Amino acid sequence: MAGRVEGKVAFITGAARNQGRSHALRLAQEGADIIAVDIAGPVESIQMYPPATEEDLAETVRQVEALDRRIVATKADVRDSGALKAAVDDGVAQLGRLDIVLGNAGVFEIQPALELTDDAWREMIDINLTGVWNTCKAALPHLVEGGRGGAIVLTSSTAGLKGTPNTIHYTAAKHGVVGIMRTLANEFAAHSIRVNSVHPTGVDTVMIQNQKTWGLFAPDDPAPSREKAEPIFQSTNALPIPWVEPVDISNAILFLVSDEARYITGVTLPVDAGYTVQ
Amino acid sequence: MGKLEGKVAFITGAARGQGRSHAVRLAQEGADIIAVDLCSQIDTVPYPMATAEDLQQTVKEVEALDRRIVASEADVRSLPALQQAVRDGVAQLGRLDIVLANAGIAPMGAEEDPSVSWQDVIDVNLTGVWNTVRATETVLVEQGQGGAIVLTSSTAGLKGIGGDSGGGQGYTAAKHGVVGLMRSFANTLAPHRIRVNTIHPTGVNTPMVVNEFMQTWLAEDPTIAGAMTNLLPVEMIEAVDISNAIVFLVSDDGRYVTGVTLPVDAGFTAK
Repeated sequence: MAGRVEGKVAFITGAARNQGRSHALRLAQEGADIIAVDIAGPVESIQMYPPATEEDLAETVRQVEALDRRIVATKADVRDSGALKAAVDDGVAQLGRLDIVLGNAGVFEIQPALELTDDAWREMIDINLTGVWNTCKAALPHLVEGGRGGAIVLTSSTAGLKGTPNTIHYTAAKHGVVGIMRTLANEFAAHSIRVNSVHPTGVDTVMIQNQKTWGLFAPDDPAPSREKAEPIFQSTNALPIPWVEPVDISNAILFLVSDEARYITGVTLPVDAGYTVQ
Repeated sequence: MGKLEGKVAFITGAARGQGRSHAVRLAQEGADIIAVDLCSQIDTVPYPMATAEDLQQTVKEVEALDRRIVASEADVRSLPALQQAVRDGVAQLGRLDIVLANAGIAPMGAEEDPSVSWQDVIDVNLTGVWNTVRATETVLVEQGQGGAIVLTSSTAGLKGIGGDSGGGQGYTAAKHGVVGLMRSFANTLAPHRIRVNTIHPTGVNTPMVVNEFMQTWLAEDPTIAGAMTNLLPVEMIEAVDISNAIVFLVSDDGRYVTGVTLPVDAGFTAK
C-alpha cells in the first residue's frame, strides 16, 4: 500500500531530535524524503535543558535512512535566512522537489516577565517567530515554482492561543506564528499552498522534562521531579493525561499535509488534550 | 488493518450526503455502523429530504464492505427515538465507540413564516445534536473505554453567514450553538476519556447544497454567493473530505485532540 505522502519531499526545521525527529520519521514511514536542518548547538539564553547536538542530527539521518528514504541534513540556524535558503536549495537540488514544509524549530525558557533581559527577549523572537518566517521564505519559492501546490504546518503551542505567566517572550512568539500562518494561507491559496498551525500541549520531551519546568509548578519543593510534576501537568489538560507524545503531533501533521486534508487551510489545530477548551 | 477495526459508530442523517459518506468511510476502516435518518420531509425544508430508499442504499454500501450496519428511521428531535435506535444497535453490534451528530437541514431563503423555519432548524440542527449526545454519552461512560464524538457544525458556526431569513438565521445560530455544546461536553466527558470536537465544512457537493432551490437562493443574492467563495481555488468540496477529517479525529491518530473546532473549508473562515 502506498504511503500517505509517497513521493513527496518535506523540509523540516529542528529535526535533530524530539518532535522534529518524530515528524521526519513519521513522514518517511509514509513515503516522504526529508530535507532536515537543526542548529545542533547551544543557544545563549536557553539554559534549562541541553541543546540538540550534531550527533542527534546524525541519528535522525540514520533512522530515516533505515526506512529506505533519502534525507539531506544540514546544520543550520533558523535565524540565518541565507543558511536556510542554501539548505533548502541544496535539498531540492538533490531530492528533486518540495511539497511539505514544517516550521518546527523552537526553544523554550521560563522567566518572570520583569526579569527577562532584552537579549533573551530578542533571542526568543528571533528563533521562534522570525525563524518560522525565514523557514517559509526559504521554502515558498520552491512550492510556487513546483506548481503542484503544497502544505506548510507551523508549530505554535497552546501558548499561541492562550496566555500563561512566566513565558512572555515564548507566548508572544507563538501567537505571532498564528499571524504568519493566517497571512500566508491567504497570500498563497491561489497557488493551492495550504498553511496551518498545530498547537501542542506539553509534549514529553526535554523541553518540559527538566528541573526548572518541574520547579515552576512546585516552587517550594527543593527537589522537583517528573513524578511530582505529573499530576500538576495533568491538571492543565481536560483529558486525564499529563502530556502527549511527539508522535501525536506527527500524526496530526501527517493528516494536515496529506491529501486527506486537501481542503484544510488557515486552521489552528490544537493537539492539546483539551488544554485550551478547559 | 483499518484505523477503526472493531469499533462501532452511531451516525445520524446517514441516508445520504455526508452521513452516508461517513458510514462508508468508517466502514472501510473497519467500523460497524448504527445508522439513523428521518427519511421523511419537513415542511419548511424547500429541497427534497432523504428517503427510506436512500437509507437502504447506505445499508447496501456498508454491507458491500463486509461490515455490519443496523439502520432505522428515527427523528433526532425525539430523544426516546434516538435512545431506542442506540439500544437496538448496541444490542446487535455489542458496543459503541464513535458518535457522529451529522443530521441537519438548511431551510434558507423564501419562507411562509420565518418563526416556523427558525424553530424547525433549531429543533433539528441544535436540539437534535444535543439529543444525539444525550442518547449516547451514558453508553460510552458505562462502557468505560473512552470514545470520540464529532458534531457537524459549519462555517456558519464560526462566521455570520446564511442570509437574513428566519431559517438562515436559525441555521447560523444553531451551528454556533453546536460549538457551545461541543465545548461543554468536551469538558464534562474528558474525565471519561471521551473526546468531543466539531467539524466546520464549507459548501459540500451533496443534495443539501446542490439542489434547484439552493442554487436559486444563491443566484438571487449575489452578496451571499460572494460571501460563499473559498480561499483555495475550489468551488465546492466533496463529502469524503469531511469523512477523512472525521476519521482522523475519531481514530487513535487524534487520541489527544478534544475541544477543537476543525474547519474543513478551503480557507473560507481564514479569509
